[in-house]
Amino acid sequence: MNKQKGRMGFIIACLSPAVILFTIFMVIPTINVFRMSLYKWGGFSNNKTFVGLSNFKILFKDDNFYRSFQNTILLIVIVTIVTLALALIFAGIITRIKVKGQDFFRVIFYIPNILSIVVIAAIFSAIYDPTNGMLNSILGIFREKDADILLWLGDQKIVIFSIAIALIWQAIGYYMVMYMASMASIPESLYESAGLEGAGEVQQFFSITLPLIWTNIRTTLTFFIISTINLSFLLVSTLTNGGPDGATEVFLSYMYRQAYTNSSYGYGMAIGVVVFLFSFALAATVNFVTKREPIEF
Amino acid sequence: MRQKKDNVSADQLFKVFIYVALITLAISIIIPIAWVFMASIKQNSEFYSNPWSLPKGIYFQNFIDAFQRAKMGNYMLNSVITTSLALFILLGVALPAAYVLARYQFRGSKLFNTMFMGGLFINVNYIVVPIFLMLVNADKCLKSVFGSGFLLNNVFILALIYASTALPFTIYLLSSFFVTIPKEYEEAAFVDGSGYFRTMLCIMMPMAKPSIITVILFNFLSFWNEYIISLTLLTKDAKTLPVGLMQLMKAQQAAANYGQLYAGLVLIMLPTLILYIMVQKKLTQGMSLGGLKG
Repeated sequence: MNKQKGRMGFIIACLSPAVILFTIFMVIPTINVFRMSLYKWGGFSNNKTFVGLSNFKILFKDDNFYRSFQNTILLIVIVTIVTLALALIFAGIITRIKVKGQDFFRVIFYIPNILSIVVIAAIFSAIYDPTNGMLNSILGIFREKDADILLWLGDQKIVIFSIAIALIWQAIGYYMVMYMASMASIPESLYESAGLEGAGEVQQFFSITLPLIWTNIRTTLTFFIISTINLSFLLVSTLTNGGPDGATEVFLSYMYRQAYTNSSYGYGMAIGVVVFLFSFALAATVNFVTKREPIEF
Repeated sequence: MRQKKDNVSADQLFKVFIYVALITLAISIIIPIAWVFMASIKQNSEFYSNPWSLPKGIYFQNFIDAFQRAKMGNYMLNSVITTSLALFILLGVALPAAYVLARYQFRGSKLFNTMFMGGLFINVNYIVVPIFLMLVNADKCLKSVFGSGFLLNNVFILALIYASTALPFTIYLLSSFFVTIPKEYEEAAFVDGSGYFRTMLCIMMPMAKPSIITVILFNFLSFWNEYIISLTLLTKDAKTLPVGLMQLMKAQQAAANYGQLYAGLVLIMLPTLILYIMVQKKLTQGMSLGGLKG
């Protein structure tokens, strides 16, 4: 009996700090996001009025929200497709084909993933700088002297693609390492027998490598959705601050602007709820659509 | 015969193409980073000439200016305090919890496991404003009782929040290690008369060392680089390095004092780069185990 008591005491002592911290700083704020979305609540004054779903009604008529919606979807689509393709190709090359300096490439490609988003923003504002930037000074070599210079961060039509490039630059290495890990577990014998039957490297890639790491690719699709929503927010708030004129406003940057900068907490949280549900629904849909019988080896 | 020759040259062309692709990507990563390092030792006048020119000499004054005039020294100290304190709290809280959740069956153990797993889906970007409001309100209460609030603009509270938001991932990673240890180790320890706490501290923790190192690595990077919580919760002079640098970057657009800016960037990047080069194998392996991204 006494031993039983000691066991329970030990469990409580070990678990309670984690549970308390987790509850205060994660569970309660999460509940608050949903609760606050039902209130009209502005500024530091405590006058909250319960307004039900009216925040959401305003939201669905808000043009700025639709704009951030468009931008986010565009970024998710571009970043996912390009990063997925490049990361798969590079991972396939590095694991399958005997290239010199494999380790060197792996180490270098992963570097952007360890940099702070602030550093990435600073690097890309140096790259995109209209007069002294790295990109325009290279392009300047190929162009006539008085042609218009491209404003990578100033032109409303280009800027969202500039953001996408920065996001892709940041993400390739991470996903490449991830795919390399699962490609390494495919048995060599499969490739050998395919090689004997005359399948080339490219054909092997599509008929052996891709089907066998399909589960892994599916998991990363969810990562792509979630991390693009999050990282685009961080990059936009550091690099362009939503500008020029709202051309790079994304989901969470709009939420943050409404809630923190604009102090319309209730409205901001309503955006948060919609984005949260949307990302969940999108991830579930993608997961469902890409479902295949798992192939064993 | 002829066919074979064609194959060889096609193969070689393929190889060349592969190298070009790999090297292009590598260059696109190395050049911007090297560029920042070079710019950090350039004099201000050099920024107005060709951006690709090499620095004329090592102008170390940029770093001194960054430390003294741009207050990077203070910011760096704040970053060091927050990061180390957050790691300390995180390990102190997460290790026992992960151990108990992985190895003990008790009423509610399933519930707690599910709860922390669910926490993996909560992203900090969504809850940063509610956390801020919670601290504002708590500060108001404290003010009415003690006359002053201390929860906002406090690096210790910031560290506590970093640690709390990292709990789900850390507990998940650590308990997935703890479940793999055979039961015999604990049974033997109990037979020898070792108590619960001693068994945990002296037998289980040392075995978990590789996982603990992985946890420290990942969380060091995320705490050191963190931007949005720090921006929201530290509204006054005390700032962490990324936020301080961001502010410098915005001010620089008007004042155009690039040297300090790039010196500051080097200060942020250098610790993570050094750590990465030392442990890159571990980091990329750990990633395929834990596989999660913020």
